[in-house]
Amino acid sequence: MKSRSLYIGAILCIVVVFGALISFVWTPFDITLMDIPNKLQTPSAVHWFGTDHFGRDIFSMIMIGARTSLAVALVAVGIGMGIGVPLGLWAAARTGGWTDEIIMRSNDLIFAFPSLVIAILITAVFGASAVNAIIAIGIFNIPVFARLTRGSALSLWEREFILAARVSGKNAIRVSVEHILPNVMNLLIVQGTIQFSLGILAEAGLSYVGLGAQPPVPSWGRMLADAQTMVSLAPHLALIPGFAIVISVLGLNLLGDGLRDLFDPRIRVERT
Amino acid sequence: MTVIPRKLAFASALALAAGIGSAQAAQTDITVALQLEPPHLDPTSAAAGAIDSVLYSNVFEGLTRFMADGSVVPGLAKEWDISEDGLTYTFHLHEDVAFHDGTEMDAEDVKFSLDRARAEDSVNAQKALFTGIADVEVVDPLTVRVTLSEPDGSFLFNMAWGDAVIVAPESIEGIKNNPVGTGAFKFADWVQGDKIDLVRNEDYWGDAPALEEATFKFISDPTAAFAAVMAEDVDAFVGFPAPENLPQFDADPRFTVLRGSSEGETILSINNKLQPLDDLKVRKAIAHAINREAIIDGAMFGLGTPIGTHFAPHHPDYVDLTHLSQYDPELSKELLAEAGYPDGFKTTLKLPPPSYARRGGEIVAAQLRAIGIETEISNLEWAQWLEQVFRGKDFGLTIISHTEPFDIGIYARPDYYFQYDNPEFREVMDTLQRTTDPEARSELLAQAQTIIAEDYVNGYLFQLAFPTVANAKIEGLWENAPTQATDLTGVRWTD
Repeated sequence: MKSRSLYIGAILCIVVVFGALISFVWTPFDITLMDIPNKLQTPSAVHWFGTDHFGRDIFSMIMIGARTSLAVALVAVGIGMGIGVPLGLWAAARTGGWTDEIIMRSNDLIFAFPSLVIAILITAVFGASAVNAIIAIGIFNIPVFARLTRGSALSLWEREFILAARVSGKNAIRVSVEHILPNVMNLLIVQGTIQFSLGILAEAGLSYVGLGAQPPVPSWGRMLADAQTMVSLAPHLALIPGFAIVISVLGLNLLGDGLRDLFDPRIRVERT
Repeated sequence: MTVIPRKLAFASALALAAGIGSAQAAQTDITVALQLEPPHLDPTSAAAGAIDSVLYSNVFEGLTRFMADGSVVPGLAKEWDISEDGLTYTFHLHEDVAFHDGTEMDAEDVKFSLDRARAEDSVNAQKALFTGIADVEVVDPLTVRVTLSEPDGSFLFNMAWGDAVIVAPESIEGIKNNPVGTGAFKFADWVQGDKIDLVRNEDYWGDAPALEEATFKFISDPTAAFAAVMAEDVDAFVGFPAPENLPQFDADPRFTVLRGSSEGETILSINNKLQPLDDLKVRKAIAHAINREAIIDGAMFGLGTPIGTHFAPHHPDYVDLTHLSQYDPELSKELLAEAGYPDGFKTTLKLPPPSYARRGGEIVAAQLRAIGIETEISNLEWAQWLEQVFRGKDFGLTIISHTEPFDIGIYARPDYYFQYDNPEFREVMDTLQRTTDPEARSELLAQAQTIIAEDYVNGYLFQLAFPTVANAKIEGLWENAPTQATDLTGVRWTD
């Protein structure tokens, strides 16, 4: 059972990533060139996904849009992991102390804010751009990873092999890096795929309200926004970027589920 | 026993039917949607046309006024005498005209309004309208004598502008939030970010309007605009922002679509003082890089007339100068190379919210990229645009529709946001102001149009269409927009 969602998820993700990578070297059409006489065409052999209101090839735009989505989500998850995980490890190592309190309470503080609202605030203050969208989404990934890391690290600290490591003279930093981190990695990877999909959604949301990547950089969210008034004229304008978002988010979630099952020792035991 | 209740029932049914009937016939409230909300409510101290869109002729009136066809007719002045030399205008005001706060409108108020507008420290956005006035004199409470320093053929036209409406010294303090005028509607309430309510002025000096209440709702998002009209949340949308949706309204018997023309010259404004845009060759290159047809088709779905200068094509004195900036990207590249930018350059393109600007901006950016000019697009909210571009002059390129009527005079103002400074042009405009002979005026106007077209001050794109979508039962809305106004005084519900 577990393998099906893993495989479907992996295939969907590979399709999206593959499309994004290929777009660096090749797209069917140059999306910087507008071909207004051929606007709003329905999907055909020439334009596989049709053309948008400027006559640009939607298939090419989806490919480059995937790049924007993945880049934003990747860096945002990177920020979240890069800062959140060390903070979580640190807090777990100093559990009960004031370091733990300060780290976790400030994480709670960030966690308590509605993330999209703060993202809108950040982009409104510092200007709308893909970089600011990345930072905004990244900040909200920090507490997610910090909490997860601390929670699972705490139970590890009670285990015998950690005690043995401590007895053999390793300090808290070495124990965290050499013994705790490898043992929470599985969880982090699973959470990472989930956060990745949320990052794609957040980027689409910010671009939709005009706070993400600025034109002419294609973005799935802005394609949706542009399509709004034309939904009744050319539904594919909204459906295609919508599907692109659904497929990548679904793919990542299935992949995350599959990975969780794969890594979960309890399920692994049951299977054997 | 059974007869009476039946009779009663019949009678009450009749009464009910009659009641419903009369209620339908007497619908006297209207909700009109506009795309832009005014920043404040004083038309005499801001350039924002959104103020006039709500208040002109409804709340505020001038000595003269524009009609739906663009003609200028008497307003608060019922008649006037012009001296032989064309220097003195004696206005005779209507009697018994009161401001909404109950104070009387008389010659003192006219003097106050005109003196305030032409004063040294005046913040009137169209101060040029009043510079020709040498003196304003109160002859008696209902007579004002305006003396001009030179004959001005367009003085009565100037006095019809929303910037020249008559205000009262008693209420000037709070005018930005509580406008007090003489019009057929009184200001009632402003829920910022949402709507402005007007109610009928029962003491109006002129013909009473059919409507008792009017609400202006502000919906800037084209999708929300479409939804609001379709769901009949609003009775009319004046200046409908999504031209791609008009065919759907055409097909729906609930609505009428008016495809009017506006006074909006939609231009790619160029910062004439910013390097390298201060170079005539660079501006000419930009002008030739623009494919107007593509912009009209792509941004406006075909709605709009190409223009080659800053003048409305429906104006009798319009000269078609589109050939001066014909689409010719090869010529553009040559011109850029001649100007010393063979590889192009980078500049900013700051776009206000309307879809003509946002969509048109993307198309212009693509067309400029084709000749090597990279533009960094930033989509600004209206207030940001006014702050950064219009007042701050911090921009390279922008797209905006200049919706004031007959506004070629802005090119004679070196401090205007695109900062065009040409003494020759100012000379022509000065002569124009002194000229009353229609033929000579036409010639001067043609000359003025040609100068700015040959100087490639801005990229001239198209005349903005003015689509209005309204409930089919509403009549009396202006089809065209000869000035920024949503005149509700003649609007009524039929049936």
